[in-house]
Amino acid sequence: MEIGPIFSALRRNKVGALLIALQVALTLAIICNALFIINERLAFIARPSGIDEGNIFVIKNLWVGRGTDAENTSLLQTDLQTLRDLPGVADVYSTNTVPLTNGGWSDGVRLTADQEHSTTQTANYFVDEHALNTMDIKLIAGRNFKPEEITDRAERDSGLPDSMIVTQEFAQKMFPTESALGKVVYMEGKKPTTIIGIIDNLQVPWVGSWVKTWGYTSALIPQRMIRQNSAYVVRAKPGQLESTMKAAEAKLFAINPLRVIGSVRTFSEIRAKAYRGDRAMAILLSIVCGALLIITALGIVGLASFWVTQRRKQIGTRRALGATRLNIVSYFLTENLLISLAGVVLGIVLAVSLNLWLVNNFELTRLTWWYLPMGAVMILLLGQAAVLPPARRAASVPPAVATRSA
Amino acid sequence: MFSYYFSLAVRSLKRNPVITALMVAAIALGIGATMTVFTVFHVMSGDPIPSKSSRLFVPQIDNWGPKSHRDGDNEPADQLTYTDATALMRAHQGVRQAAMYAAGFSLTPENKDIKPFFVEARATYGDFFPMFETPFLFGQGWSSTEDEAKAAVVVLSKKTNDKLFAGINSVGKSINLDGRDYRVIGVLDTWEPAPRFYDVTGKTFGDTEEVFIPFTHAIDQQIGSHGNNSCNDDPKAGWENYLVSECVWIQFWIELPSAADAARYSAWLDNYAREQQRLGRFTWQPNNRVRDVQAWMVAEKVVPNDAKVSVLLAFSFLLVCLINTIGLMLAKFLGRSGEIGLRRALGANKAALFAQCIVESGVVGLAGGLIGVALTALGLVGIRGIFPEDIAHLAHLNVALILLTVALAVVATVLAGLYPTFRAMQVQPAWQLKSN
Repeated sequence: MEIGPIFSALRRNKVGALLIALQVALTLAIICNALFIINERLAFIARPSGIDEGNIFVIKNLWVGRGTDAENTSLLQTDLQTLRDLPGVADVYSTNTVPLTNGGWSDGVRLTADQEHSTTQTANYFVDEHALNTMDIKLIAGRNFKPEEITDRAERDSGLPDSMIVTQEFAQKMFPTESALGKVVYMEGKKPTTIIGIIDNLQVPWVGSWVKTWGYTSALIPQRMIRQNSAYVVRAKPGQLESTMKAAEAKLFAINPLRVIGSVRTFSEIRAKAYRGDRAMAILLSIVCGALLIITALGIVGLASFWVTQRRKQIGTRRALGATRLNIVSYFLTENLLISLAGVVLGIVLAVSLNLWLVNNFELTRLTWWYLPMGAVMILLLGQAAVLPPARRAASVPPAVATRSA
Repeated sequence: MFSYYFSLAVRSLKRNPVITALMVAAIALGIGATMTVFTVFHVMSGDPIPSKSSRLFVPQIDNWGPKSHRDGDNEPADQLTYTDATALMRAHQGVRQAAMYAAGFSLTPENKDIKPFFVEARATYGDFFPMFETPFLFGQGWSSTEDEAKAAVVVLSKKTNDKLFAGINSVGKSINLDGRDYRVIGVLDTWEPAPRFYDVTGKTFGDTEEVFIPFTHAIDQQIGSHGNNSCNDDPKAGWENYLVSECVWIQFWIELPSAADAARYSAWLDNYAREQQRLGRFTWQPNNRVRDVQAWMVAEKVVPNDAKVSVLLAFSFLLVCLINTIGLMLAKFLGRSGEIGLRRALGANKAALFAQCIVESGVVGLAGGLIGVALTALGLVGIRGIFPEDIAHLAHLNVALILLTVALAVVATVLAGLYPTFRAMQVQPAWQLKSN
C-alpha cells in the first residue's frame, strides 16, 4: 500500500481530516477519563461492608415520649429478648448505627493521652456481646465481649469502657509493626482502652470522601445505648429474611404499641441507598460515553461517504487502471487509520491534561496508564468499523465511471 | 427574504436526508445530554434565597484553635458551640439573627386512627421565619416574647398540617411531641429552598423540617441535636457539661442591612474572640469568618465535585457533536458547489449566500434543539430514576430551560456553520460552471 498518494489526497482535504482527527482526540480524552471514573465508582460500590449482608435487616425504633433511663433500659431489654425469641431470628443486638447508613460517631485515636494530633479517626459502634454473631464477623485474634463487660450508656454519659474490639485496619494503623492485641489506645476523654479482640473487616457508617483514608477503621465498644431511639440489627436464619422482617415488626407493635418504627430495611436496601449517587454517576457517564462513540462513528461515516461521492471519478479511474476492490477498501481504511492515529496522539495528550486538571481541581485520582492504549485501540477499531461501509461502497464504483464526462 | 432562504434550506436539507439526519442527531444528542446534566447542576448550584442571599451571613468562630487544623487548612469549625451561639444571640448585632439545630420527635396525633410517627424538627428563634421569608398558610412564627418565655409553641409544615388536621387552619390547636403538648402558632405553606442552605451540615438537599419549636424551649427541655455534632474533647457527662463544652452543633444565621455591614460585623466578631482570649478560653489569635449565602455554599462544598465533573464532560460531549456538525456541514455545503456557483453566476452576492447558509445552519440547529428538548425531558425522567430522591425531585424542565436549550442549539449550530459557510462563499462561479 502506497501511503504517499493518501497523504497528498489528504492535503487537499485538510479541514475534513483535521475535524475527524480533532473529534477522535476529544473522544479519546473524554472516554479515557470517563471510563476511569466509572471503574473507580464501580469498585467503590462493590466494596464489602464486612457483615453478612444477605440475611441482615435493621429496625429503627423510637419510643413515644421521653422515658427515664431505667424505663428505656427495660423497654430495650424486652424488645431484644422478644426479637431473639422469634423463630426466624439467628441473633440480634441494638446499636447506634450500622455500616453505610451515613450517620454515626467518629473519634480520634491516640497512642498516648497527650498526643497532639490523633493517629487515625475511627468509627465507634456501640454494641453488646451478640454483635459479632449477628453480623457474622470472625475474630482473627483475641476474644469476644463477655455479657458482664457490657455497660449501659445513657444519652449524656461520657467516657469509654476499658476494652474494645477493633478492625484489622484499625490495628495496623495504630501498631503497624506489632500485634495490636492487648495494646492500650486513648480515645474519648483521653481514657486508656485495651484492645481485646481484632476482627477482619467492618466498614465505617459513612461512604463520603471524608472517610477515604479510614473506610474500615472501626471499633466495637461494649456499651448499650440507652436512648429514646436505637437501631436493632437482626440476622435472620437463611432464607427467612422477608418473613422474619414482617414478624418482627408485628411482634414489636404487639408487645408495646407506644413506639415509632422509622423503618425496617434489609441491608441490601441500605446498600442501594448509600451508593445511589455513585451508581447514578456511573450510569450517567456510561450513557455519555456510549453516545459519544456513536456520534464519532456517525461523523466518520458521514464524512467518508461524502469523500467517496466526491472521488467517484478518481476511484473509477484507479479501478480502470487495474486497482482491485480490496485496494480501494484498504485505501479508505488506511486513510482513516492515518487520520485517527493523528487524533489518537493528540487525544492521549488531551486525556492526560484533562486528567491532571481534574486531579488538581476536583480531588480525582490519577488516571491509570493502561486506559490510554485501551482507549486508543478502541477508538481506532471504531474508526475502521465506521469507514468500512463507505469504503465498500467506494469499491463498488464501476471502472466505467472513469470514461464518463461528469 | 428570510422565508425564501428558509424554504431553500428545508429543500436543501431534504435533498441529503442522511447527512441532514446525522447533523440533527448529533446536535440533538449533544444538546440533550448537556442540558440533562446541566439541569441537575443548575438546581444544585442555584441561589436558594435570591431576594436576600447577599444580606444573610454565617459567622464562624475558631474555638478549637490551630491544633485542630490539619494539612495547612485554616478553616474554623462550621458550627458554633452553645456558649458562642447564645453570646451572639445576646449581642444582637444584626437586623435579625437565629441560632438553630436539628431535632427529632415522636408525634402522637390526637386522632387515634393515625399511628404515632417520627417528625424532623428544627429548634430555632422567632427571627428564623422573617429572616428566611418562609411563606405562611395560617398564623405566623413566634416572637421574641415566646423565645424569652421558652414557650411550648410550634410551627407546622404544610405536610404535617395536612396529615394531622386535614389541611384546615390549626392555629390554636395543640399537638403532642414526645409526650408534651405544643400549641400550634403557625402553619407554613410549601417551602422548599434548594439547597437546604440554612443547615447543610446534615442533608444538603431534600425536605425542610416538619415542625419548628423555640430554641430556648428545646434547650430548657434538654432536647439533644439530631444533626452533626463535633467535639474535640470529651464533653463530660450530663446536659450542663454539654452546654458549656467546646462541642460544636449549632447553626447560626444573621441578617445584616447590607453586604457592607459584614465587615463591621467581622470586626465585632474578632473583638469577641479577643475577649474570649482575654478570658483564657482561646489561646490563639481570632480566626473567624463571616460568609454570605453563596460564599457559604462554596465553603461547604454544597455542589459535589461529581456534579461539576459531569457538567464538564457533558459540555465536552457537546463540543464533539459540534465538531462533528462542522464536518458534515462542510461536506454538505461543498457538495453543493455547483448549485452555489450557479446562484453566484446568476447574480447572488456573497452576503446573500452567507445569509442562505446561515439560515440553513439555523434550521438544522432548530431541529436539533427541538429534538434535544425532548431528549432532555427524557433524560430528566431517567435522572429521576437513577439519582437519590432528594436531588432527583428537583430536576425539572421549565420554560426558561427549554428556551435556553433551543437557543443554545441554534447559536451553537450557527457558529459551527460559520466555517463551512465561509468556504461555500469562496466558490468561484465561473470555475464551477466551466467544470460541469
